[in-house]
Amino acid sequence: MADIISEYEDRLTSKIVDEIRNNLPKGVSDTKLKKIMEAVYGEYKTAKVHPGESVGLISAESIGEPGTQMTLNTFHFAGVAEMNVTLGLPRIIEILDGRKALENPMMEIYLKKPHATGKKIEELRQLALQIKETKLKDISTEFTISIADFTIEVKFDREKMKELELTMGKVLDAITKQLKGYNIRDNKDSLTLKSRSKEETFNDAYKTKEKIKEINVKGVKGISQVLPVKREEEFIIITAGSNLADVLQLEEVDAYRTTTNNIFEIEQVLGIEAARQAIINEIFKVIESQGLNVDVRHIMLVADTMCVSGTLKGITRYGVVSEKSSVLARASFETPIKHIINAALVGEVDNLNSVIENVMVNQPVPIGTGLPSLTVKAPEKKGKEK
Amino acid sequence: MAEVYLNSKFAGTVDNPIEFVQNIREERRKGSVSENLNVTYKDKIGQVHIESSKGRARRPLIIVKDGVPLLTERHIKQLEKNEISWTDLVRQGIIEYLDAAEEENALVAFFENELTPEHTHLEITPLAMLGYCTSLVPYGNFNQSTRLNAGSKNQKQALGFYASNFAVRMDMDVNLLHHPEKPIVNTIIHDISDYDKHPAGQNIIVAIMSYKGYNMEDAIILNRGSIERGLGRSTYYRPSIAEELRYAGGLIDQVCVPDKDVKGYKTEKDYRFLEDDGIIYPEAKVKEGDVVIGKTSPPRFLSSMEEYSLASSTRRESSINLKHGEEGVIDFVLLTENEEGNKLIQVRIRDERVPEIGDKFTSRHGQKGIVGLIVNQSDMPFSAAGIVPDLIFSPHGVPSRMTISHLIEMVAGKVGALAGRYVNGTTFDAEPEERLRKELLSLGFRENGVETMYNGQTGEQYQAKIFIGNMYYLKLKHMVANKIHSRARGPIQLLTRQPTEGRAKEGGLRLGEMEKDTFVAHGASLLLKERFDSDRTVVPVCESCGIIAIKDNYKNRSYCPICGENTEVNDIEISYAFKLMLDEFKSLGIYPKLQLESKY
Repeated sequence: MADIISEYEDRLTSKIVDEIRNNLPKGVSDTKLKKIMEAVYGEYKTAKVHPGESVGLISAESIGEPGTQMTLNTFHFAGVAEMNVTLGLPRIIEILDGRKALENPMMEIYLKKPHATGKKIEELRQLALQIKETKLKDISTEFTISIADFTIEVKFDREKMKELELTMGKVLDAITKQLKGYNIRDNKDSLTLKSRSKEETFNDAYKTKEKIKEINVKGVKGISQVLPVKREEEFIIITAGSNLADVLQLEEVDAYRTTTNNIFEIEQVLGIEAARQAIINEIFKVIESQGLNVDVRHIMLVADTMCVSGTLKGITRYGVVSEKSSVLARASFETPIKHIINAALVGEVDNLNSVIENVMVNQPVPIGTGLPSLTVKAPEKKGKEK
Repeated sequence: MAEVYLNSKFAGTVDNPIEFVQNIREERRKGSVSENLNVTYKDKIGQVHIESSKGRARRPLIIVKDGVPLLTERHIKQLEKNEISWTDLVRQGIIEYLDAAEEENALVAFFENELTPEHTHLEITPLAMLGYCTSLVPYGNFNQSTRLNAGSKNQKQALGFYASNFAVRMDMDVNLLHHPEKPIVNTIIHDISDYDKHPAGQNIIVAIMSYKGYNMEDAIILNRGSIERGLGRSTYYRPSIAEELRYAGGLIDQVCVPDKDVKGYKTEKDYRFLEDDGIIYPEAKVKEGDVVIGKTSPPRFLSSMEEYSLASSTRRESSINLKHGEEGVIDFVLLTENEEGNKLIQVRIRDERVPEIGDKFTSRHGQKGIVGLIVNQSDMPFSAAGIVPDLIFSPHGVPSRMTISHLIEMVAGKVGALAGRYVNGTTFDAEPEERLRKELLSLGFRENGVETMYNGQTGEQYQAKIFIGNMYYLKLKHMVANKIHSRARGPIQLLTRQPTEGRAKEGGLRLGEMEKDTFVAHGASLLLKERFDSDRTVVPVCESCGIIAIKDNYKNRSYCPICGENTEVNDIEISYAFKLMLDEFKSLGIYPKLQLESKY
């Protein structure tokens, strides 16, 4: 019996073979099994994409057509305690363009066992506040520059510091770490900063003042809001703002499941394969939330093209399109003059291998019926004739 | 103290603004200040604005003093007897016009019984909130507002009796309805505006039912018998205009039958309708391509005259002829002079338009539709009394659009037609539906307007009772005859050799980018190539330099402009647009080299 199945191992994917092995009822006769395998193989063959099928264009149409319906019903969840989420077409465009700065960067932080199953959401709030970024300006009441000696004085809000479990020492540490070239004096309720350089001007002092406002004194940089929520018997933290690298360092965080919606961060921290999966997940999430039905394989193809080069590339004239080998194809997309001039400078050759070029010169496109060609050359006749 | 602004310019200050404003209003009502003046006191910012500029939207209201309107029964009686007029009321300070700003200072009551001592004005009629076209919709207060908008928009496009001197007018692109009627269900605005002097529709019998699905999706079905009796018949008028222009050097256009040696001479047949003066005669039946006004122009460039001075005439043909798809009868010829003193010829062409499939009709309730089928009268459904509808309207048009007025008009029209009277359907002030139903019952019909109907083809009785009634229908100016267009082959553009665009130029119907994508998605690449063959060209290409070569069919040789004759030249098939692009590259100093390869 095992022989019959293993015969098909080369022809079917291992996943299908395993599934057959596991689900086969006991005592199947060999002839029956043979029939089953043939039927499965037949189904498998029909599911395959045919040579010359224009998968890219079909994907584009399959995503693009429901996309036209999407523009109309984009919802904004106004007034709901959930955070701002970019949804609908704007989000899809954001993903496909491969934008680095997102409209609403977000993270879903999963926690390790004892934290995730805590009974009260309040306990989690404490943890969440540890992650939330606190800047110097959040715990201070006043920043003043003395015109006499260009010293900067920062006054603190003691109550807020207590709330956030911050001591003067911790704050002082954070500032000295992130600001170089300044002497800092602690006057209990305030700090006085004085430049070590002698040629300090008022302008410099002003710039430093603006700079130290943004100093991170606590929490993870970039996380501007935190929201602990319960999701299926488990507490997770949703954040506005994203910093995957730093969040994964935290002890309480379950690094296996924690994600961000910033695909670039995923690419940098977890690699290109993870980024590919993230693109698929994010696009699918939007399409699903709109109640549309798009086959994942179309989205997978898009994600593949964005990731094949090993780095993340958006579907823009700077990204995927600039990688096209044909000058005419690139020129027909956007900024034709730029492409033609550059092609002229280096003497580029267009081999007319793809669709658009052939439409332009009015030749059959190498797709479907236009793909097959004669491979055997008829032997040349001897004598005068060619 | 308040600042005073006259037409938005600072004019001074007053100590007691309320009294000041009141004084101006009193004076205006007395007539010592222009009635076109409006004054507003904005107490929150302490400003008085006096406006007399033009272009403000103003509306009339009845003035109220101490909770009593100034307009009394006596005035109304005098108005009815025609002893006083509207302007008298305005002059007497009984009615005044407020602009948007002064309305902010007024408290306006809708009805007389709502009046309190605080009120300053009383609405004349609720109908005043609607514009002219909207008030022409009967029972408009039963409608959704969007339908009222659609209804009033449609009425502007209706064909009718637009001017009684139409016979001597030269209007561009006008239509005239042949048998216009005054609506049975009318509004007060119909009376006020003398609608019977310029009606724009016909009272017809409408049944709400389906008929073989030919009135799906807003289509309507017409009775051929009704059309043959003149329903919706109209005439389309279009003038052709020619002018004897003067050119530099004393040259002038000439209206005449062009000589045969004129450059661009058509055929003798095309000029067959022209009389000796070069102008067509009235009542000639013309078709596309026929010359209406024969005209020749002097040559475009004087230099070309010297070159071919041997030829006696080098004048150009510039006649006015009927464009593609046009036809009709010459109706009227007019000879005049224009402002510059040039001879001006205007020829009016008339074309009778009998309703056909694709013409647009509408009721007055935003229920427009296209004729989907014209049915012989013998095949139309009929009622027990033998009444055959002129038009069948689809029941699916009603629920989602909620045009209740459409339904009420059918009942009201039925009552009006049976009782031989007009029905007042003025919005907010119409004859109540209740009364119409009672009257319909007393006339021997079902009070809800439905009737037992019979299938016109089989004679079988329909199971459902059909809602049938009389209503006012309008023919809209959008007729297929002006829009129909198709092309198999035809003119191409000079530059790209691709088909021209648009009906006027007999253009092709574009197979666009997205349509192209569908061919690619199906893998139908050879079909795709065939579809884009419209600008196909075969060009010779030099194998060594890759530039388009020259083929001299006369001497039967090919040569390359760069490499000369000692090079291999082969033909390739490309789109002309691509060849054009290569030429444009060359003009930019880019060398587009074609590398040829054997196809097989």
